Amino acid sequence: MNFDLSEEQKLLADQTRSLLAGHAPYDRLRALVDAQAEWDEVTWRALCEMGLPGARIPEAYGGLGLTDLDLGVISEALGRANAAVPFFSSIVCAADAIAMAGTEAQKMNWLPGLASGDQIATFASAEGKAGWRPAQPGVRFEHGKLTGIKLPVADAGIAGLAVVQCLAEGQEALALVDLGQPEIERTRLQSFDQLRPHYKIEFRAAHAELMPQGGQARISALLDRAAVQAAFEAVGAAEACVMMGRDYTMGRQMFGRPLASYQAIKHKLADTLMATELARSNAYFAGWAATEAPGQLPVAAAAARLTSLDALAAAARENLQVHGGIGYTFEANCHFYYRRERTLALTLGPKDYWAGRLVDAVRTQSNEAA
Amino acid sequence: MDFNDTPEEAAFRSEVRAWLQKTAPAHALAAGQQISDAEQVARGKAWQRAKYDGGYAGITLPRVLGGRGGTIIEAVVFDEEEARYNLPKGPYIGIGLGMALPVIGKHGTEAQISRFVEPTLKGDLTWCQLFSEPAAGSDLAAVRTRAVRDGDDWIINGQKVWSSWAHHSDWGILVVRTDPSVAKHKGLTFFVIDMKTPGIEVRPIRQISGASDFNETFLTDVRIPDSWRIGAVGEGWACCMTVLMGERLNQGEEGKIASLMEYAAETPAGPGTALDQSANRLSLATAYAEEQAQAYLQARLRTMVSRGENPGALAAMMKLSYASRLQKSSAIAMEIRGAGALAVEPAESQTQALWDDYIWSAALRIAGGADEVLRNQIAERVLGMPGEMRADKGVPFSELK
Repeated sequence: MNFDLSEEQKLLADQTRSLLAGHAPYDRLRALVDAQAEWDEVTWRALCEMGLPGARIPEAYGGLGLTDLDLGVISEALGRANAAVPFFSSIVCAADAIAMAGTEAQKMNWLPGLASGDQIATFASAEGKAGWRPAQPGVRFEHGKLTGIKLPVADAGIAGLAVVQCLAEGQEALALVDLGQPEIERTRLQSFDQLRPHYKIEFRAAHAELMPQGGQARISALLDRAAVQAAFEAVGAAEACVMMGRDYTMGRQMFGRPLASYQAIKHKLADTLMATELARSNAYFAGWAATEAPGQLPVAAAAARLTSLDALAAAARENLQVHGGIGYTFEANCHFYYRRERTLALTLGPKDYWAGRLVDAVRTQSNEAA
Repeated sequence: MDFNDTPEEAAFRSEVRAWLQKTAPAHALAAGQQISDAEQVARGKAWQRAKYDGGYAGITLPRVLGGRGGTIIEAVVFDEEEARYNLPKGPYIGIGLGMALPVIGKHGTEAQISRFVEPTLKGDLTWCQLFSEPAAGSDLAAVRTRAVRDGDDWIINGQKVWSSWAHHSDWGILVVRTDPSVAKHKGLTFFVIDMKTPGIEVRPIRQISGASDFNETFLTDVRIPDSWRIGAVGEGWACCMTVLMGERLNQGEEGKIASLMEYAAETPAGPGTALDQSANRLSLATAYAEEQAQAYLQARLRTMVSRGENPGALAAMMKLSYASRLQKSSAIAMEIRGAGALAVEPAESQTQALWDDYIWSAALRIAGGADEVLRNQIAERVLGMPGEMRADKGVPFSELK
């Protein structure tokens, strides 16, 4: 048994972290919010120069062919930096959907552009109050045309392509849609996370093609894999929150001593750090299982999701809390994570959904073992 | 990262498995079998002897000390395989192997090592821990039990508390004050003590569980030879640290939540089962995810230890998280049973085991590093936050209020 990242993975983590620290400091995030920017294109280009969008995409399609755990290391660094890039939409969700469910031609057509980062794709699944993954999607695929409304869809303002969860011949399916056609209307919504704009996409008999392997089971596997990466992102964000709270309270004097010397503060941060390290342990295992032991992935992914989101919720909230009044200002950096936490918690479906999946997957796994 | 055994680990595992298949069944207890404490100790000693004869008594202990000189991963493999059987193991064995041997091995003389190590490994000597006192728990260095030099002997007076299984132990590890004129950590000295020495009186504590695993131990004019001293006079605190380091690497038994899910699936509730209710699904799924997280955190720590790295206060997280988790998950288990968890027929042992877990978890959050002490450790040693203000710092013990 060896439960640690490899030297290569640690190097990848360091390189991604320092790249992001150089390109996307918090002041840059503030400027992006002020400009109501769609994204941080400069940082995206820098990530592309390192080849990171193609990390997990097979070499045959222009990627580096790395593992899920390698990708997790990158996701964690992006979460830590709260980067405003479409990595999750384009790479974790859309490119993976094409790799898992597409035809050879679809893979050849789209994956190299997504791997290089020249093309951006998004993943359209949620339908407002019908939830993240409606069992009977209102968006229908009939005779090569897609009709209906998806919302909210992240990063749709910059994406040229969408993978759309839809209903085809009464079954849940995945369609590929070029977003640059007149039969599609994209409307930017008021987005809670100011660094991840969300859209409404209306398909009016838009040209689309189905991905033949995109049935219900494959979509579930895709969501498991995405949940693992989101867990890494949450772990990175949670760690950033704990360290920010630590650094601030170490420097702030109160009643003649550092704020960090009060047990009320120490215990909060110790608890959030512990939750983060526990969540990281689940994320490591799930990242490993995604590549090496897919049979264990459903349980591992749901477990990683539940613990990472609980850790980030506590870390983001308590970080702002220990900052006191300054934490409520735009000039402090707590709010980036306070908002991102909600994005991560609700993208891919709420806790209840994943709790149900975990219970079912545990029972399936133990029945198979028995 | 690799969760599979290396070829060497796999070979060790199959060797252990074969040995256990041959040896363990004769020692295993039947499920739910109730035996007296005395019989429990006798059977625990016999099982330890069998492990010694098989070469598995002290897997990570160096060969020069009579151990196997194996890796921590081999110890983990052995524990995993051993856990497949319901074998008699208890603190009377664990304190000897996990606390007495490390401290004697590190701070003891050659003579002490040859006297105590082998009989402990064989299960012939069982041990209890005489550390805490009524006024020295988390603040262990505040112990008041005195040892006063008298020629080649020491005379000990005082009171110890929370000594597990002291009533069935042969020897104890003891920390006492030998010099009240210096600051509290500096005036301590460490001893081993034969529990049959005149002047030792062990009184069981009536616990909230109804059982009496713990004791108060009164020491009245107990005369012991200087040859029972471990380490130098005044080195007691360093010895305590050696003992407490060993305390935290193994926490928690896993797999409870999956069986709780099965129980919920068999428990009628409303139109379906308890497992159909979304509140139960959420609390069980969360408990399961937390249980898994701890198992993988443990795997990370073991990897660090196997490379010779010190996991330090990360190990405190294992204990901190386990105790609260046990409290929470046994409460959930009772809630799933509903009012049926409040009273059962005498033969219904499953629910009574849950009661035991719930009650015991309250002790676990206090013993061996209270939650609050562990949070301080994590904040100070991992996050580098300031230490607590200490009103007694540098003050001679005798001048403390």
